[in-house]
Amino acid sequence: MGSSGEMKQNFLKGIIKENPVFVMLLGMCPTLGVTSSAFNGLGMGLATLFVLLMSNIVVSLFKSQIPNKVRIPAFIVIIASFVTIVEMVLEAYIPFLYEQLGIFIPLIVVNCLILGRAESFASKNSLTASIVDALGMGMGFVIALTALGAVREILGNGSIFEFRFVSEDANTLILFILPPGAFIALAYLAIVFNRVTQKAT
Amino acid sequence: MEYWVIFIGAVFVNNIVLSQFLGICPFLGVSNKISTSAGMSGAVLFVMTIATTVTYLLHTYILVPMGLDYLRTITFILVIAALVQMVEIILKKVSPPLYQALGVFLPLITTNCAVLGVAILALGMENGTLLKAVFFAFSSSVGFALALIVFASIREFLELADLPEGMKGVPINLLVAGLLSLAFLGFAGLV
Amino acid sequence: MKKKESTLINMVFVLFAITLAAGLSLGYVNDITLEPKAKARLAKKMKALNVVLPQFDNDPISDGYLLKMAEVKDSVEIYPAYKDSVFAGAAITGVSERGYSGLVKLMVGFQPDGQIINIAVLEQKETPGLGTKMKGEKFLRQFREKHPASFDLKVQKDGGEVDALAGATISTRAFSEATQQAYDAYIIYKEKNLISDN
Repeated sequence: MGSSGEMKQNFLKGIIKENPVFVMLLGMCPTLGVTSSAFNGLGMGLATLFVLLMSNIVVSLFKSQIPNKVRIPAFIVIIASFVTIVEMVLEAYIPFLYEQLGIFIPLIVVNCLILGRAESFASKNSLTASIVDALGMGMGFVIALTALGAVREILGNGSIFEFRFVSEDANTLILFILPPGAFIALAYLAIVFNRVTQKAT
Repeated sequence: MEYWVIFIGAVFVNNIVLSQFLGICPFLGVSNKISTSAGMSGAVLFVMTIATTVTYLLHTYILVPMGLDYLRTITFILVIAALVQMVEIILKKVSPPLYQALGVFLPLITTNCAVLGVAILALGMENGTLLKAVFFAFSSSVGFALALIVFASIREFLELADLPEGMKGVPINLLVAGLLSLAFLGFAGLV
Repeated sequence: MKKKESTLINMVFVLFAITLAAGLSLGYVNDITLEPKAKARLAKKMKALNVVLPQFDNDPISDGYLLKMAEVKDSVEIYPAYKDSVFAGAAITGVSERGYSGLVKLMVGFQPDGQIINIAVLEQKETPGLGTKMKGEKFLRQFREKHPASFDLKVQKDGGEVDALAGATISTRAFSEATQQAYDAYIIYKEKNLISDN
């Protein structure tokens, strides 16, 4: 078991050095697809964090029970189960978010981030380390999606978390809510992120 | 006429990559050369069409009648994963040249969200029939190919461009994708 | 613990166990969320009904029924409202597939004489920031207390009286078309049920 310093490193790497969105370019479909508002970005981020955490826990617990040759299909079934649970719970209790995220909820299954962490981390490490890894990576994903959603909402809709700071008729940069704005906003956020982290290290 | 609308809609208006954001990973990942992107497109065309046929039948004739609709995600992803393996094995035996062209791309397709995404979208079509769903999948993969190949041909020129340090790599690719998406926005409202 | 070998029996057994566990747990979660899911859908409909109907004391959803119309693919849903057993109005769904990106579905509330009370948007996929403003108060206001018999439900550009949303004429057209369809359904409904104007 690693020391607390190691644990902190393990947690922080997901947020900064190996940020899934800005550095590793994993899970780009939901990143671009649902971030038309900060709330949607946050919701998608948290849903993904939950699936990532649960799949890392289960994979780490049963890693010695799963034969090597069938590990990928086994991981996929585990991940898909948790995704379906998230889908059903969202539909039942947060129908508004369920409608907003639409097809991107079932698509959490094919988010390379989750299968990637199961394969490269949880299947080789202890339970605690896997939990910390999932929390770090998941938080990195949540932060990236919320930031992108916030930027697009501020520029495109003149509001943040539905709180409007311009009048209803004001002309905003609608482009940023439309599909092209997703690419463009992410491009500039990636530049800023790289600048800041390079200076910090 | 109806099929024409589906085709134009899937290829231009609601292009799966540039306006629906499905299949972004291969779009950014294997688009540095026209030849590789053509190979990837071929593999996607193949798998997406077959996968949608199978998942549509499975959904309409097994899952829905048995009330197991909630197992959709889990069954679809397993079908796609198994299908990719099967296509790989069959292709190897039946058509070695085709396998050589598409082989390296096939394993990547399981986690290509465009395949699962289109399989799910095809279920939601209005007045859907099997033929329409399959045609929709085919059209979507043509849209995927179009986006990928156009993007790759721009990227080949970008290699020669003189860019500021911070712009190199990911940011400039995203910007180009954004402009391409903006261009496709011009097709909106066509159907 | 030692890693399990990749023998056929092991592989089949493990995969079977995992799928079984997955299937059972999903079935369980499905069972417990079934009721809340239905409730959520009902709550959404109820919310729209409360917005578009006048005061009522019956249950419009259980009193509601489906009306088949020639040019409408799905049936039109009609939810009548009664106050002290007197017909107070009805909420009717209207659909248009000619929105900027497909389906626009509305719930339109009518007074017994056919005057529009209010309109709620049930489903739409219009452009965010342009067509989505059809949900805004400023746009909806122009329809309230208008009678479709005298208020021409067409966009001004097409010779009607509806003030289009800036930059979203197509969305406005779909919206007007759906409203008109709901009104047509209301007329049929009234004739069938022989409800007089008072």
